Amino acid sequence: MTAITRKAENPVAHLTPEDVEQIGIELDAIRQEVIDSRGEGDAAYIRRIVDVQRKLELGSRAVLLVSVLPPAWIAGTIGLSVAKILENMEIGHNVMHGQWDWMRDPKIHSTTWEWDNASTADGWKHSHNEIHHTYTNIVGKDNDLGYGIMRVDEDQRWHPFHLGQPLWNFINACFFEYGIAAYDLELGKNLAMPKEKRSAEFKANLGKTLRKIRKQATKDYVVNPALALPTGSFVPTLAANFVANLVRNLWSHSVIMCGHFPEGVETFEKAALPEKETRGEWYVRQMLGSANISGSRFMHLMTGNLSHQIEHHLFPDLPSNRYAEVAPKVKALFDKYDLNYHEAPLPQQVASAWHKVVRLSLPNGWLATTTPANAPKQLAMLWKMTTGDRRTRRAAQARLDQLARRQRTEVAAAA
Amino acid sequence: MSIAADPIVPTRGRSLRGVLRRVAESAVTPLELDDVLDVFHPLRSGAELRGRIVQVVPETPESATIVLKPGRDWAGHVPGQYVRVGVDVEGVRLWRTYSLTHGPRPDGCISITVKAIPGGVVSNHLVHRARKGQMLQLAQAEGEFVLPQPVPAKLLLVTGGSGITPVIGMLRNLHSKAAAPATDIVLVHVNATESSAIFRAELRALDAAGRIRLVERFDDTHGLLDVAVLAELVPDLDERLSYACGPAGLLDALEAHHAERGLDLTTERFRPVLVEAADGEGGGTVTLTGAAGSGTTLEVDGATPILDAAEQAGVLMPSGCRMGICMACVLPMREGAVRDLRNGALTVAVPGETGPQGVPIQTCVSTAAGACSIDH
Repeated sequence: MTAITRKAENPVAHLTPEDVEQIGIELDAIRQEVIDSRGEGDAAYIRRIVDVQRKLELGSRAVLLVSVLPPAWIAGTIGLSVAKILENMEIGHNVMHGQWDWMRDPKIHSTTWEWDNASTADGWKHSHNEIHHTYTNIVGKDNDLGYGIMRVDEDQRWHPFHLGQPLWNFINACFFEYGIAAYDLELGKNLAMPKEKRSAEFKANLGKTLRKIRKQATKDYVVNPALALPTGSFVPTLAANFVANLVRNLWSHSVIMCGHFPEGVETFEKAALPEKETRGEWYVRQMLGSANISGSRFMHLMTGNLSHQIEHHLFPDLPSNRYAEVAPKVKALFDKYDLNYHEAPLPQQVASAWHKVVRLSLPNGWLATTTPANAPKQLAMLWKMTTGDRRTRRAAQARLDQLARRQRTEVAAAA
Repeated sequence: MSIAADPIVPTRGRSLRGVLRRVAESAVTPLELDDVLDVFHPLRSGAELRGRIVQVVPETPESATIVLKPGRDWAGHVPGQYVRVGVDVEGVRLWRTYSLTHGPRPDGCISITVKAIPGGVVSNHLVHRARKGQMLQLAQAEGEFVLPQPVPAKLLLVTGGSGITPVIGMLRNLHSKAAAPATDIVLVHVNATESSAIFRAELRALDAAGRIRLVERFDDTHGLLDVAVLAELVPDLDERLSYACGPAGLLDALEAHHAERGLDLTTERFRPVLVEAADGEGGGTVTLTGAAGSGTTLEVDGATPILDAAEQAGVLMPSGCRMGICMACVLPMREGAVRDLRNGALTVAVPGETGPQGVPIQTCVSTAAGACSIDH
């Protein structure tokens, strides 16, 4: 993908400034409708989810006390995985967004919630709520876009280092909670600078994160396995906790990749954005920078309703259980203004996001221009680009661009 | 739920109980053990104070008595005291204060009697929608409106409307014993109409049994009570110790009346007397700078308490009586000015002059008077 402003066909070119402001007004009205009708049913919903999640987690942990028996291990591991996913996605993420602050219940409030994750609530709220939701999909500003370790846009110069990014992405997916903790801390940036130059704030936050990780690890890998010792289930319980964390990490990573990374989701250039975005302009950026996942109610629940990523990004503080009813209204608005409402089933979105990771790990145009027939030639060129110096790469890239242009003309001619 | 706050462990952390609790805490982090126990036993000792509704008794078409089973940590109360109650109305937790309408009961339950006031969100909810089994949040009983011990020989009780609620608690307690107390009690009970008078059957029964002398006054038949006629209604007025609870107008008149005769009067007010903001006066921007407010900016008009405005904006605020007496809502103002809604008095904080801790203000009875910043 290319940042929206560099595209040959800008998908928002047909909108007048008045249109943009009108979109803002109409979205505000949709939002107000939900706020005005928030009430008892919504409160009952989140309390029920919290209650179910706690009972599921405790029940699963109880079953794991005898996890030396294979059926108990399987049931307990599935239960714990689901409980951890619910806790992080539908409860933790959404509570920390302040979606339930209106209830004024100190037990379910963004300022008091702490989640079952390596990153601290405070660190995550800063990097996620403040940075990601404000600067959504702005290259170089939004860390969710590749977490600072990936090439996420054609405009970023390709380097042989990027060939490894499918692997980094997979490793990041497996240990996603630590990845989030690291990027909440801006660990890469801070480790790169000399120790004495790191801010006091970073040191304090690092201490808090390490304490959190220690507590989390003690719970999952020491205390709960130790409680299962009497039945000889120490190792199976430890394994179950590891698997549950792994499943949760892979799942949340997939959902989050689907939110902003599938092919066709727009990215933005910082330099091309107005100094002070209007509410309408901000809304339009959120509309184009997010993608939805279609599926069953259970799937929506398990994604923390981030399957309604577009609605979530437009209204991050509306209760998650209301996104489903808002979606058709938002979709109608997309249609009215001839904008692309990006929605597909989960496997399709995951595949699309991974396709993009792989495509961008290779030089621009390489994947598109490679066919079984020219594969040996293309591979040879890739080898040269990987081992050669910058000049070699530039020359090869020029050839690739030419090839891609020719291919596009041929496709156009055929059509 | 905070990971920063360590669990409360007994001072001797090495006791078996302390060790067990620490192990349990480390097995459920980031939850606290109490969050887990709340799922199963919300009324246990050590839990946040709550009460489960065990009975809702309609008193009049617009009032009802809610009987609650309080949590184990309920510390008891003296008749005449009130309790703060947190009620989830339309999903939003709202706190109000109600008088306890029974003395200590053998079944350990407590009761409040609520009169639905027009437009009253919480009172209407409690009277018309509260059901057995629902859970309410509670605070411990508070209040100074209690009878002295020993109870004086002669009492005058004056109540207006729902002002009867603390008094009925006193009366029920005095008369719950088999032997009638030696105290001679006159109750002047003022209501708009006969049908709106709460507890009238019970009070008349006490009167018929000779335990109190009940003087009922109804605005629609007798006209508004003029306190000057009190001496006619209660000839031995000067010999009695007086307690009064009711609307501000009645209490103000009584206070003036008693002061003139040199008599003592103890009153209980349900609502603070507020100064009306003149048009275009007051109001301003309040910035909450601390961890809880995290920079929230509020536009507060000159008639709304800062507490209400902040809660509207979704900020968790400390709160208490919401009428300027309990000091539970006090927060430091670092800079700016607020106006006291009760008397219009200005409180100003100037950085460098008013000390680094700022000026403590009561958010429940203060509104913004220009821009100000509050540490919360």
